[in-house]
Amino acid sequence: MNATKAATPRRRMAAPQAIFSTVFKARESGIVLALILLIAFTATRNSRFLSAQSIRDILLGTAILAVLAVGQAIVMITRNIDLSVGSVLGLSAFAVGSLLRDNQGVPVIVALLAGLVLGGACGVLNGVLVRFGQVPALGTLYALRGVNYLWAGGQQINADRLPESFLDFGNQAILGVPWLVLIGLVVLAVATIVLRGYRAGRELYAMGSSPQAAELAGIKVSRNTIAAFLVSGALAGLAGVLFAARFGTIDAAAGTGYELNVVAAAVVGGVAVFGGSGTVWGASLGALLLTVIGSCLAVLDINQFWQQAIVGALILLAIGADRLVASRVARALRKRDSHV
Amino acid sequence: MMRQNPGPAPLLEVRDVSKSFGAVAAVAGVSFPLYAGEAHALVGENGAGKSTIVKMLAGVHRPDTGTLVLDGAPVDFGSPAEARAAGIAVIYQEPTLFPDLSVAENIVMGRHPRGRLGMIDRAAVRAEAEGLFSRLGVRIDVERPARGLSIADQQIVEIAKALGADARLLIMDEPTAALSLVEVERLFTVAGTLREEGAAIMFISHRFEEITALCQRVTVMRDGRHVSTDPIDDLTVEEMVRRMVGRDLDALFPKQEVEPGAVVLEVEGLARQGVFRDISFSVRAGEIVALAGLVGSGRSEVVQAVFGVDERDAGSVRLKGKRLRAGSPRAAMAAGMALVPEDRRQQGLLMDLSIERNVNLPRSGALARLGFLFGGGERREARRWTERLRTRYGRLSDAVGTLSGGNQQKVVLAKWLATDPRVLIVDEPTRGIDVGTKAEVHRLMSALAAEGVAVLMVSSELPEVLGMADRVLIMREGRIVAEIPRAEATEDSVMFAAMGQEAAA
Repeated sequence: MNATKAATPRRRMAAPQAIFSTVFKARESGIVLALILLIAFTATRNSRFLSAQSIRDILLGTAILAVLAVGQAIVMITRNIDLSVGSVLGLSAFAVGSLLRDNQGVPVIVALLAGLVLGGACGVLNGVLVRFGQVPALGTLYALRGVNYLWAGGQQINADRLPESFLDFGNQAILGVPWLVLIGLVVLAVATIVLRGYRAGRELYAMGSSPQAAELAGIKVSRNTIAAFLVSGALAGLAGVLFAARFGTIDAAAGTGYELNVVAAAVVGGVAVFGGSGTVWGASLGALLLTVIGSCLAVLDINQFWQQAIVGALILLAIGADRLVASRVARALRKRDSHV
Repeated sequence: MMRQNPGPAPLLEVRDVSKSFGAVAAVAGVSFPLYAGEAHALVGENGAGKSTIVKMLAGVHRPDTGTLVLDGAPVDFGSPAEARAAGIAVIYQEPTLFPDLSVAENIVMGRHPRGRLGMIDRAAVRAEAEGLFSRLGVRIDVERPARGLSIADQQIVEIAKALGADARLLIMDEPTAALSLVEVERLFTVAGTLREEGAAIMFISHRFEEITALCQRVTVMRDGRHVSTDPIDDLTVEEMVRRMVGRDLDALFPKQEVEPGAVVLEVEGLARQGVFRDISFSVRAGEIVALAGLVGSGRSEVVQAVFGVDERDAGSVRLKGKRLRAGSPRAAMAAGMALVPEDRRQQGLLMDLSIERNVNLPRSGALARLGFLFGGGERREARRWTERLRTRYGRLSDAVGTLSGGNQQKVVLAKWLATDPRVLIVDEPTRGIDVGTKAEVHRLMSALAAEGVAVLMVSSELPEVLGMADRVLIMREGRIVAEIPRAEATEDSVMFAAMGQEAAA
């Protein structure tokens, strides 16, 4: 039939797809390249930078930030943002610290679970407020921090009051891999698999990509939004336990300002602020980059002020690059399409 | 065509449903049956309540009173998910895709085929999407993201999505507005197959030739009320229109005879790489020139380049002999040109802003006093134009998004007419709007031409092209291939030129 013939010459558009995948790779390889350059430069200036102790510090710091960034990425993919993670981390660290101080026999695994549950509860609260109360998690940032101050008062939990086993967990390794890093990797792997390979994960991307279309497609938007906040909260709670184990010293201000570092890590790692795209793997790389930058500046004896400026520049660069690439891709797609 | 007896029990029955939004009754006491194995047309002017009925069936809205009866038992859909689970699939008028996700994922979202450990089976997702596209006879790369698809392709993805849901009731809310003839034919073949397999189809369209080609039964609605339900063979098109409008329509295409004046718009050698080339034409004062051709032939791209929204690689555009700067809509507007775009939701209106703000947007500079906009002048201007266009709305301060499609289109027109243009470019001026509004838009275009405005119209609707245009320019594959004066323009001559040699071979 003639009709078939007329339809055939339209649409052959493999090329834009190729552009897309290269872009995503470009973002991640860009971060890797920046990391290599940064590390190489710093190492030539100060050889101690590559000492076992220094690398271990970077990895432990990254692990905590990456656990938070994975949770944040999950929320941001749904076109939301969880600004309470720093407060949840602080609350969880203090709560678990108090628990261990008063009950020296509590095993580490129970401490971890306690953090997860406490954080998860805060996350559900956030999710319900965001979804049904239409208020952003900014409120809980202050509210939870307030609870923490109220509870902790001026007191501080010191390392010498915490069980030996717990502190060991924060600083020791199994088969050469620190426990904290191992936990970070497990979180990253599970989140990657769920986001890529399960309906629930794909629905989160769909919700962020188009909220109205998600409702019409029969996706349970409320349930999924709350679930995303629950995961982010639970991971922040977990990060609080890791924080307590690593530093041993906890006061009411623990984790203050972390939320912005976490959002920065996710954005630098390619998670779109407007939802629908990005990976937890990218967000974790972002966390690594930010931690390495902080560490390099310290080693190079550069004013801490510069760290803020550099992180700011990186965010601008990341968002700018996204915009540029998006418009390029859009143009490429249009060109191909109109080639009738 | 032989019509099977649908049997006594309908698959789904709409029973005395009503739905109000605030004080406005969108649907009042409507009942009609949908039979398995039958395609049922729902017709009515925009604002007659068709889309509200669709949304109730889709689980988006709950009826205030009345019930939906599925397989003899009342159902109450609390969410779109419940309607989907009951076997109802909807192709919405406006595509509802996920721009960041692949075409294949868009199609299977919410019901991904799963394999080992409950994980998504990617190969099966791909295969399902490709299978659906081959049923529809189109080739779209299923791995590409939905972002950047043309409106026609988006609509095809919507159709594939609904087909993939294996629906017992398939609702199509103006699915063909953006499609080319070939694609419409394909869609109807597939819909026909579904119907023979025992699915019920509800079809909404403003094109009567499509309704008579596809459907066996037709329900007419007017002002939110049920007018009639009949077998389609018992009703002539004239009778359908009369029932929809509630009065006899005057001639649908009231083009007044106008003696064309001086040349106002001159386009010479316009080209954009990979899109169109060698575009030269002129439009005189008082003339309506139509730019016809298949979807994708480059018509919209040409007018966008003329107006300066898109860049051009070569060529010139002159308005009253004055050369316009390329790529500057601002310069085009200052010279007296106006463009009413094809996609009113995306390009024509700011949905969240008020009617008056939208109408006055291109002239906010001229209306402002000391850089501020004051309510009085804005309201006066907006009222003048919305009245001339007989726009129906509650208050001028209502958001444009709350209006029906036809009235939205009138606001876009009002917005550009308020700039008092010498050249008016309209891209699909009556797409997706009802017969009554259509006639008003046509009358208005004709009146403007009589006042000496040069009108350039892009249209996919042949009757509109033939009825309104003094001259028809036909585009194919990015070039103007024919120019036909009004006297010689017929359905055959225009289609032949638009299809080109392929149709002849």
